[in-house]
Amino acid sequence: MTNNTSTSNSSSLANRASQRTTTDAALASKANSHFDRKGLVQLTLLGLLLLLPVAAYFLGHIYYVNLASRITIIAMAAVGLNLAIGYGGMVSFGHAVYFGLGGYVAGISAFHAFDLTPFMSWPFTVPGSDSMLVVWLVAVLLCALLALAIGAISLRTTGVYFIMITLAFAQMIYYFANSWPTYGGQDGLPIYIRNTLPLADSSNALTYFLICFTGLVLAMAITSRLMKSRFGAALTMARLNDVRLATAGINPYPIRLVSFVISAAITGLAGALYADLNGFVSPAMLSWHFSGELMVIVILGGVGRLYGPLAGAVLFVMMETLLGGITEYWQLFLGLVLLGVVLFAKHGVLGWLAGRERNE
Amino acid sequence: MSVTLLIEQLLNGVQLGTMLFLMASGLTLVFGVMGLINLAHGSFYMVGAYATATVTASTGSFLLGLGAGIAAAALVGALVELLVIRRLYHRPHLDQVLATFALILIFSEGTRWIFGSSPLWLSPPSWLTGFVTLPGDTRYPIYRLVLIGMGIAISIALYLLISRTRLGMRIRAGESDREMIGALGVNISKLYTLVFALGAGLAGLAGALVGALQSVQVGMGEPVLILAFVVIVIGGIGSIKGALLGALLVGIVDTLGRVYLPIFFQAFMPPSEATGVGSALAAMLIYILMAVILAFKPKGLFSAHD
Amino acid sequence: MKQITRLGLGLLLSSSLVTAHADDVKIGMITTLSGGGSHLGVDVRDGFMLALEQSGRDDVEVLIQDDARRPDLARSLSNEFMQRDKVDILTGIIWSNLAMAVVPSVVRQGTFYLSPNAGPSDLAGRMCHENYFNVAYQNDNLHGAMGAYMRKEGYEHPIIMAPNYPAGTDALAGFKHLYEGEVVGELYTQMGQTDYAAEIAQIRDSDADSLFFFLPGGMGISFMKQWESSGVEMPIFGAAFSFDEILIKAVGSAAIGARNTSLWAYDLENEANDRFVEGFQATYSRMPTLYAAQGYDTANLILSALETAHPDDKDAFREALRAADFDSVRGEFRFGPNQHPIQDIYVREVVEGDDGEPTNRLMGIAVEDIQDVYFEQCQM
Repeated sequence: MTNNTSTSNSSSLANRASQRTTTDAALASKANSHFDRKGLVQLTLLGLLLLLPVAAYFLGHIYYVNLASRITIIAMAAVGLNLAIGYGGMVSFGHAVYFGLGGYVAGISAFHAFDLTPFMSWPFTVPGSDSMLVVWLVAVLLCALLALAIGAISLRTTGVYFIMITLAFAQMIYYFANSWPTYGGQDGLPIYIRNTLPLADSSNALTYFLICFTGLVLAMAITSRLMKSRFGAALTMARLNDVRLATAGINPYPIRLVSFVISAAITGLAGALYADLNGFVSPAMLSWHFSGELMVIVILGGVGRLYGPLAGAVLFVMMETLLGGITEYWQLFLGLVLLGVVLFAKHGVLGWLAGRERNE
Repeated sequence: MSVTLLIEQLLNGVQLGTMLFLMASGLTLVFGVMGLINLAHGSFYMVGAYATATVTASTGSFLLGLGAGIAAAALVGALVELLVIRRLYHRPHLDQVLATFALILIFSEGTRWIFGSSPLWLSPPSWLTGFVTLPGDTRYPIYRLVLIGMGIAISIALYLLISRTRLGMRIRAGESDREMIGALGVNISKLYTLVFALGAGLAGLAGALVGALQSVQVGMGEPVLILAFVVIVIGGIGSIKGALLGALLVGIVDTLGRVYLPIFFQAFMPPSEATGVGSALAAMLIYILMAVILAFKPKGLFSAHD
Repeated sequence: MKQITRLGLGLLLSSSLVTAHADDVKIGMITTLSGGGSHLGVDVRDGFMLALEQSGRDDVEVLIQDDARRPDLARSLSNEFMQRDKVDILTGIIWSNLAMAVVPSVVRQGTFYLSPNAGPSDLAGRMCHENYFNVAYQNDNLHGAMGAYMRKEGYEHPIIMAPNYPAGTDALAGFKHLYEGEVVGELYTQMGQTDYAAEIAQIRDSDADSLFFFLPGGMGISFMKQWESSGVEMPIFGAAFSFDEILIKAVGSAAIGARNTSLWAYDLENEANDRFVEGFQATYSRMPTLYAAQGYDTANLILSALETAHPDDKDAFREALRAADFDSVRGEFRFGPNQHPIQDIYVREVVEGDDGEPTNRLMGIAVEDIQDVYFEQCQM
C-alpha cells in the first residue's frame, strides 16, 4: 500500500477523474490509463444495469426486470457493507441483521396497514403504514439506532473479535425473529400488496426497478461524497493506522461508529426494498448465511471499490441463477468459482477488469 | 426441580462442553499459530462423521470407523492446507473468510454428491450402550460418560503435547512470534501443515463421536462451528486453556438455560407462553453471554494473542 | 442427474427459443435438492416424475429448480417460472415457510399451485385461494390424528415436545386439539438443535406415561438415538415426518417400536399403491417415502385433470382438479371446501424388516376422513 490513501479511491458517478496529487509523472500517467479503463468498465456496468431491464421491459420480459431489481437491491446492501468493510476496515459478519430489520419494518408496517390494527397503542398510538416513504424513513432510523447500539459495544473489539461479536448479535436477533410468533416466526410475513409511493405506481416492475436503481445510485453517491470528505480521510486513516490518527488529535472510535451506523442504514434501506420486491420477509434475511453472502459479494467485486459491490452482486446473482438451472450441485461450482476468485483475482472481479486501485 | 436433575444437567453441560472443546481447540490452534480464520472447520467435523459411518457400516467395528474418521479428517485437512490454506496466511481476514466460506459450499455439496442426500446410520457400539445408575437413582448413558472421559483425556494429551514435546515448543514459539521461528530454521510450512491436520483430526474425532449420537448428514458441522467460534472468542483466541474453559462455560450455560429458563418464566406467566418465551431466550443466551464478556473483556477471558 | 442437466440446459435455451406447442402443458417445480433436508425434495421430484413417465404423455414439460431451502430464492424462481417460462402450474415446495413466501402471490397472479408437502394453516384458512390445492395434508392432520389415537389407546399422561417455531407450536396445538385431555408437560426445543440430553432428563423426571414429539429430519434422528441410549422406557409416538423410510434407516434400532401417523404406507393395499411402490423401486432402487407418494399423487391429480381440460381454461381445469378423479396411492382421497384433503390417517409401527433394518409396518387407521379445522375461516 502506498501512503497516498487520503485522497479518494473512487471516481464520482459522473466519472470525473479524481484529483491526483502524486508528483511522479510516470505513476500519474499509469494512473490515468487506469482511470480510462476503470471508468469505462464502471460506466458500462452501470449503463447495462439501467438499459438492459428497460429494454427487457419493453420486450415484455418482466422476469428480467425483477431479476435486475434483485441485483440492484443486493448491490445496494453490499454498498452499505462495503462502507464498513472496505473503507472502514470493520469486518462485520452480521450485516444481515440490518437487511432483515429493514425488511421487517416494511413487512410489519404493511401487515398493520392491511389489518387496520395499530403497531402499538401505548404510550401513544403508532398505526401501520403502506407508504414506502414512511417505511424507508423508519427502516433507516431503526437500523441506525440498532447499529449504534451494536457498534458501540462491538467497536471496543478489533480483528477476529469484531467479526465474531457482530455475528453474535446477528444470531441473537435471528433466533428472536425465528421464535417470535406475532409476525410469523420462522414462517415469515407476507406483504399482500406492495407498499405505495406518491406519484408512482410501485407495483409496476419497471417503476420499481427505477426506484431501486435510484436508491443504489444514491447510496453510491453518498459513499463517494463521504469518502472524499475530511471524514472519509479520517476513516481511511483509522483503517490504515489509527495510532497516527490519534496523534493527530482525532479519536478513531466515533469516526468508525458513525460510518458503521451509516453503513447499516444503507443496508437496512436495501432490506426494506427487498421485502417489497419479494412481497415477503422472513428470518432467512437475518441468517448468518446471508451475512456471509453479502461479504462474498463485496469481496467478489473488489473490497473498498465504489463499484465493487455492484460488480459482485451482478456476478453472484447471475451465477446463482444460471448454475441453479444447470445442476442441482450448483453450490459446489459456486464454491469453486469463489475460491478461484479469492486465490487468483486478489482484487476482485473489478480489480481484474479495471485494474488495481491506487492504494492497493 | 430436584438436585439430582440439576447434577445430571450439569453432566450434560460438561459433555456438550468437552465435545465443543475438541472443535474449538483446533480452531484456536490454527488461529494462534497461523493467524487464520477457518470457517470450513465444521467440514472436517462432517468428514470425520461420514468416514466413521461408512467404515463402521462396512467393517462392523466402531473403533476402526473412529480411526478412519480421524485419519480421513486429518488427511483432508492436510490436503486442504497444502492446496488452499497456505496461500491465505498473508491475506487479510476477509479473504480467509471468503475462501473458507467457499470451502464449506464445496465440502457440503461434494459430500452430497458422493454420499447422496439421505442421512447415514451411525450408532455407538453395543458395548458402549446402556447406562449407569448415579447416586440419587438417576441413570446416565455410558456413552456420554465416555465422551466426557475422552474429552478430558484429549485435553490432557493436548496439554502434554504443547508443553512437553518439540512440536509443542514450536507451536508455542509460532504463537508468540511467527517470524522468529522461521528465522530459527524451523520448517514452517511443515509445521503449519501438521498443526492444521491436527486441528482437522480433532474436529473429525468430535464429528465421529457426536455423529453416533446425532444425525450424520450434510451441513451437520455448521451449527457446531458457530458454537465453537463463540467458545474461542469467549476464551480468548489462540488460548487452549481459554478454549477449554469457554467450551465448558458455553456447554453448561446452554444446557441449563434450555432447562431452567422456561421453568423460571412459569413463575409469573401462563405455562405455554412461558415455555415459548423461555426457550426463545435460551436460544439467545450464549450469544448474550458472549456479547457481555466481550463488552467487558474485548479480547476474551484468556487472550494469548492480539 | 443427467435428466436434470438436460432439463436445465433446455431451460437455458428456452429463454431464447420458444419451441413448445401451444397446447403443451408446462409445469414448474421448485423444490429443495441441495443442503439439509434435500431427501424430501428429491423424493417429491422422483415420485412426480415417475407418475409422468408411467402415464406415457409427452406433452407435459416439467422444469425443475432447486430452492436450497431459501425463501427468497424460491420466490425468485417462482417469478422466473411464471414470467419467463409462462408455466401453467407450479408445484414442489417442501417447507411451510417457503410456501408462505411463494404461494400467495403465485395464485393471485392466476397460476395454479399444487402443494406436494407443506400445508400451513394460513393457506388452509384465511389465505385460502381457488388456485391453491393441497395434495398432501394440512400441517395439523398427522399430529391431531396421533392425539386421537393416543387417547383411544388409553394414554393419559403424555408429555409433548416440538421445536420452537410456527410448525412446532402448530403441531402441539393440533395434537392437543384432538387429544382432548391434559398433557403433563410441553417442551420446546430449538430449531436445528442436535443435543437432547437436557430434554430427555426432563421427560424422565416427569410423570408422563408416553411421549409425543414432532422433530422433523435430522433433529428426529438425533433425538431418537439419544433417547435409546438414555434408558428411559416410555412408548414414543410421532408423525411420519420423523419416521420416513430414509430417516429410520439412519436412526437404526432406536426407532423400533415407535408408532407414527402417516397419510400413506408402502404396505397399504390398493392397486395404485402397488403400481407406485413397484415402479418406484424398479426405477430408483430404493424404498419410496411418503414424500414420494405425495409427489406421485400430485402428478396423477394433474394428469387426471388434464384429461378433461387444459389449464388455459382456468375454470374448467380448476373444476377438474376439485373433482380429484384419480386413483390415489393412499386410498380414498377428496378435497374439502378449502381444497385441502379429506383423508384417512394411518398408524404405522417401526419394526425390524426382513433385512434386519428398521421399516414401517401398517397397523391400522388412526382417524377416518380427517379434515383440518381451518376451512371455516376460508372464504372462497
